[in-house]
Amino acid sequence: MSARVPVPRTAKLRAGLVIGGFIVLFGLLGPLVVQDPSRVDDIGLTGPGGGHWLGTTQTGQDVLAQLAYATRGSLTVGAVVGVLTLLLSAFFGIVGAYAGGWVDEAFSLFTNVMLVIPGLPLVIVISSYVPDKSLLLVSLVLSLTGWAGSARVLRGYTLSLRNRDYVLASRVAGERRWRILGVEILPNLIPLLASQVVFAVIFAILGEAGLSYLGLGASGSFTWGTMLYYAQNGLALRLGAWWWFIPPGLLLALFGAALSLVNFSIDEVINPKLRDQTRAARRGWRMSRAQLEKAKEATL
Amino acid sequence: MTTVEARGIGKRYRKFVAVDDVSFTLEPGRTTALVGQSGSGKSTIAKLLLQLERPTTGQILVDGEPVARRGAAAARYRRTVQMVFQDPYASLNPFHSVGHHLERPVRLHHRDLTGPQVRERVLHLLERVRLTPAEEVARRRPHELSGGQRQRVAIARALAPEPGILIADEPVSMLDVSIRLGVLNLLATLQREEQLAVLYITHDLATARHFSDDILVMYQGRIVERGPADEVILNPRHEYTKLLAEAAPNPERRIKNLQA
Repeated sequence: MSARVPVPRTAKLRAGLVIGGFIVLFGLLGPLVVQDPSRVDDIGLTGPGGGHWLGTTQTGQDVLAQLAYATRGSLTVGAVVGVLTLLLSAFFGIVGAYAGGWVDEAFSLFTNVMLVIPGLPLVIVISSYVPDKSLLLVSLVLSLTGWAGSARVLRGYTLSLRNRDYVLASRVAGERRWRILGVEILPNLIPLLASQVVFAVIFAILGEAGLSYLGLGASGSFTWGTMLYYAQNGLALRLGAWWWFIPPGLLLALFGAALSLVNFSIDEVINPKLRDQTRAARRGWRMSRAQLEKAKEATL
Repeated sequence: MTTVEARGIGKRYRKFVAVDDVSFTLEPGRTTALVGQSGSGKSTIAKLLLQLERPTTGQILVDGEPVARRGAAAARYRRTVQMVFQDPYASLNPFHSVGHHLERPVRLHHRDLTGPQVRERVLHLLERVRLTPAEEVARRRPHELSGGQRQRVAIARALAPEPGILIADEPVSMLDVSIRLGVLNLLATLQREEQLAVLYITHDLATARHFSDDILVMYQGRIVERGPADEVILNPRHEYTKLLAEAAPNPERRIKNLQA
């Protein structure tokens, strides 16, 4: 099957993909070339220069190396939560709405219950039970508390799709129920699914950073959040060690922005009305100078 | 050659009675028009016949046998009764090509066909509804077609399982006036060729009279008048039918009024 949805190649999409792509590449390849991020050196807190492009932390650890591993860690959390959220929300949202009846009622009730479970207290509770949290556990908790919103969005859209004429037509043609869901309904949900996943990834990376910053994150692993946490503990701000906290903060903000830009572009695919709402698009409707001249001549 | 009979069917949604004690027979080679205003239960009857909804009372008989709910007999019924939907913009999946829309019903109802044979049938169907060049149309997506072309695709899809009964639910009401006649003529030609029993649902008395043999007039879920098309239009007996006939534009009456 070829790409069915025409994706407008806007500047927004391009910028988002380029920035996001660079960060992902850095996370994938960076750890292969940098030194050991935990290696302690007796040079202490030093600024960028010499052997350390981004300087060192209080204990002489290379910030660039830490940043590479932290990028990998944060992206891992994002990817795991993205996939888990996709699976959970698709199952409870789409399947429930399509099956209808008591299945829908039960799934919808469960979704609503999960929606109001607050993530932060849950993680605090879990962290008090599990002393040695892995990155995977944190991702699991984040996805368990994050999928319900998408499930509700997907449920609403599926409810509208399942009664479209073309779905009825394939029932009349004698298609099996699950084939109708997979072949007739699901492809029309792809843009919505994509935007929900992108949103889930942003939510997960920011959420993990927040948890780590509070000291509730995964123990013994590098993420942007843990870097900020250690920078804060090491009084980086008061010591003026900008090279310690600005790089992780900047990458965090940039990656969030990149994914948001991608998401806006997906929104424009789902809802073409949004496409004409930018100033650039509206400027395109104006008459050009030559057309104006012509119109003036015609009216004279 | 199949005959479908609705015997005293009714449908109520909670307290609302959509269809009340309706009986009629669809016979091969005959077109029956079902006329009535919006909300009179016309489309509900279509859904009941298509097994998209179950009647609360009465039953539907195929060649004298009650319709099976599941299993092989239900699949046979699916092949027997097909439908052309009202809105050609909603009845084709925007994600799939025209070819896909025709291929699926062909495959589902003729499981022994090989790939190239299916392909050949799809192209043949497109040619029968005058969509040429068929090769190219099959590759297109619904949004690349006009309303009339889409409705032709929908007709081809309905014909793909080789049904005996075709339900056309206001097949031209969403189309431009200029292309309505073409689509209706196509339906009439196909009906003659295949000896289909057609249920033509409409609220347009003029086309009902022109294209059908019998007319059923529905009002608030009941059939209030029935008979041969000319008879119903020229000598309406029920108040509602008279009202409908009055509302239809009539040039002769208009000229008489102007002369007076």
